[in-house]
Amino acid sequence: MTSIAVAASPLVEALLARADDALVHAHRLSEWCGHAPMLEEDLALANVALDLLGQARSLYQYAAEVEGAGHGEDDLAYRRDAPQFRNALIFELPRGDFAETIARLFFSSAVMLPWWQAAMTSPDARIAAIAAKAEKEITYHLRHAGEWMIRLGDGTDESHARMAAAVAKLWPYTGELFAAEHETIAALLPDAAALRPAFEATVARVFAEAGLERPRAGWMQKGGRRGVHTEHLGHMLAVMQHLQRAYPGAVW
Amino acid sequence: MSVVTLDLARIRAVAGAVVDPEIPVLTIADLGVLRDVRVSDGAVEVDITPTYSGCPAMNVIAFEVEAALAAAGFPGARVRLVLSPAWTTDWMTQAGRDALRGYGIAPPAARAGRRALFGADDDTPCPRCGSLATEKLSEFGSTACKALWRCTACREPFDQFKCL
Ligand SMILES: [Zn+2]
Repeated sequence: MTSIAVAASPLVEALLARADDALVHAHRLSEWCGHAPMLEEDLALANVALDLLGQARSLYQYAAEVEGAGHGEDDLAYRRDAPQFRNALIFELPRGDFAETIARLFFSSAVMLPWWQAAMTSPDARIAAIAAKAEKEITYHLRHAGEWMIRLGDGTDESHARMAAAVAKLWPYTGELFAAEHETIAALLPDAAALRPAFEATVARVFAEAGLERPRAGWMQKGGRRGVHTEHLGHMLAVMQHLQRAYPGAVW
Repeated sequence: MSVVTLDLARIRAVAGAVVDPEIPVLTIADLGVLRDVRVSDGAVEVDITPTYSGCPAMNVIAFEVEAALAAAGFPGARVRLVLSPAWTTDWMTQAGRDALRGYGIAPPAARAGRRALFGADDDTPCPRCGSLATEKLSEFGSTACKALWRCTACREPFDQFKCL
């Protein structure tokens, strides 16, 4: 099925950015279903993925309404190509080992918890409503990921080495999560730069307990927010979108 | 009482009696998922709210509400999903909490407490034997709204409805 062109406005782009973050992250987490190190963790990652998928749906539904071109949530999820996706690069990286999966969930939750908390007071009532639900869910995600950071970082030599490697690998992708919003809609959404102290405090607290070192400031990867992606996203979309592309409009 | 008022009470009763497909001892009225019913221009409108953003039961619940209302003589009811205000376990009725416990699921703490990020868990009595000698196995259970616990007194594992 053909791709759609999205009539982009700053608000639509901003909603798509967060929706795509959640959808792509949910997909990577769901790849663990049946493969997690233990049954409880299998259920946990699938549940976190489900929460993120729900948040993505709420955001896509609103983005589609704001766009006003007759598209629905499924069109936005299944009928855009990689350059039209606005997710941050950290979410499309392959799931890696369990340490990488946990580190990604930890970093993103440590940013998104204060982000959603700030979004709860948005003058846009719809954004505030989505935020009020998401904030409660992310609290659980951050707690879960944080506890694993500590267990792995403060665990065996092997688990510590793997977690330290995951942190070193993913840290350069965290900068993109603090990109500023377009000036015309800045009042509707949290000021991402202002969330940095909360993020740093969470990282400092958990790393101290986990025996992990916060990487030094350095080069930060970016590109996803303007549609410049790694090769990994295309491969993921080929899997994720296959059914709707091959059988347009297929429903359960 | 006007006809509309009588109808509203009946509509609320019929819609509210629909059960959660994943916890069939809980009606959506007891769960606090049923938020509002209205009749405007002869059309019935029902508002429901999800427990979690991704709750997969919402589509089934919406369908069941429409079907129950149609069977009760209110065809063509429209079910709307509302996100605000966000659902909280505080909206669960006492009858709902008792039904959960009877079903083997520990009900959420009476007031939705927001514990510190890595703080201790609230006491969670075993729904089977009532013992407080319980421990959490996983923050995430068989569905988005449940955590997995076990009782070290009677040795039974059990679900706990999470506090939100
Ligand atoms: Zn017991």
